[in-house]
Amino acid sequence: MTTGAHRATAEAVASVVAAERAAIVGTLIRLTDDWDLAEDCVQDATERALGRWPREGIPRSPGAWLTTVARNRALDVLRRRRTERSKLQERAVTDGMGASGGTAPEPDDRLRLIFTCCHPALALDGRVALTLKTVAGLSTAEIARAFLVSEPTMSQRLLRSKRKIANAAIPYRVPPDELLAERTGGVLVVLYLIFNEGYGQPDDRLAVEALRLTRLLVDLMPGEDEARGLVALVTFQMARRSTRFDAHGDLVPMEEQDRARWDAGLIEEGQLHLRRAASSGRPPGTFRLQAQIAACHAAAPSAEATDWATIVTLYDALLVAQPSPVIALNRAIAIGFRDGYEAGLTALDGLDAEVLAGYYLLPAARADFLRRLGRVDSAERSYRAALELVPTGQPEHRFLRRRLAQLPDGRNV
Amino acid sequence: MKYMMFVVADPDAESEPSDGPTIEEWLDDVDSRGKRLTGDRLRPVSDATTVRVSRGQLLVTDGPFTESKEWIAGFDILECDDLDEAIEIASRHPVARGGKLELRPFWTDGD
Repeated sequence: MTTGAHRATAEAVASVVAAERAAIVGTLIRLTDDWDLAEDCVQDATERALGRWPREGIPRSPGAWLTTVARNRALDVLRRRRTERSKLQERAVTDGMGASGGTAPEPDDRLRLIFTCCHPALALDGRVALTLKTVAGLSTAEIARAFLVSEPTMSQRLLRSKRKIANAAIPYRVPPDELLAERTGGVLVVLYLIFNEGYGQPDDRLAVEALRLTRLLVDLMPGEDEARGLVALVTFQMARRSTRFDAHGDLVPMEEQDRARWDAGLIEEGQLHLRRAASSGRPPGTFRLQAQIAACHAAAPSAEATDWATIVTLYDALLVAQPSPVIALNRAIAIGFRDGYEAGLTALDGLDAEVLAGYYLLPAARADFLRRLGRVDSAERSYRAALELVPTGQPEHRFLRRRLAQLPDGRNV
Repeated sequence: MKYMMFVVADPDAESEPSDGPTIEEWLDDVDSRGKRLTGDRLRPVSDATTVRVSRGQLLVTDGPFTESKEWIAGFDILECDDLDEAIEIASRHPVARGGKLELRPFWTDGD
């Protein structure tokens, strides 16, 4: 086999494993009530698959193959432990096998796993880490790198969360109806946090994982409008990912992005989810509103031809649903594009400067409107104020410096 | 699972409109479901005494063990199926509005 074909097989194997993994971990946790054991066994099965399938071919039912290998491994480990608890666990695994000898994953096993990882009684950073580890299947080292902490720190964080699940008796289940809406909202917050952690980074694997997890959640809960809203929000943003930075790694603002290179397939996917969510007739939640704003941008042929009036209306609704100074700031920017840059400046002046103090986007937005109005001196002052608030080396910092240098009389920075 | 539920009074908290159950209604509900093993109110921290032994010396001081403005006003020991049930019970306690409840699982034999 050529190296290229080898790599293609390895990738196919990896993607099959990634698709099956969460369900198998979810099933083994349900049966054994032991998170570490479940993860170790699935890890072991995954490694065997990665070693054997490229040579032997992918089995017809890869999920069943992985499940069987993971389950047998669990039985081996439990038999060696010889404790009262391990005997019970062993029984549960054997009983869970069903007549065909396969451990039948229940459709809800992945949801149980997701909801438990995102339980509000866990620390937020623990929820994020645990979701990436057990649902997405990232290694502790990978998660540690993504969050710029050492591997032992991340290990501790995961351990603390798993211990709390066991010690405080956090139930391993899909929440009952009366808790479902609230807990689903909590899951979406974790997934969006993962997305934002990755989006815009040179290695945006976390954003890709967040998209995958959100799609999975919609597959599992097709009636959840807000989950569809989040998928749409994520797909619209991902559609622009290749145009957000130029060849030098510098930030390209949306109005200068090459819209022909926006991913039409992802935009269509987002639009489909928004239509489905709208057909429920329920009022949109915060993710759907944000997705609708992103949809306006995605559908616009150019920055000028953007439906700013609708965007302002959507920000109004978003402010009611989730009052936040950052949303108010974005609404003020949209007003500038709807009613003219003077109006935008007035809207920015009306914001609570005290709450937004330290947030670079306020002086940056002011600088942008001033630049467009040709008020160079004021623009310069605002750019410098914005630059003070962004760490040197960040793409936003380079972008603001470039804008400052490009001011009409070509001031040097 | 057994949980100690500390009922925490917070003098700085903004008062919440109390449309939930009264303490009597809460007690009736939780006791009728058999979820509460025991519980009681405690006198304020002005009546508290803190005791410790340092280098063999008994130290008895007036007041609570923390400097916090929040103070433990009572406790309940709950016996629940899981944390979600304990959270549901705590969320209906009148002190959840205007104060706080802290749920702490007991050590169990297996630990």
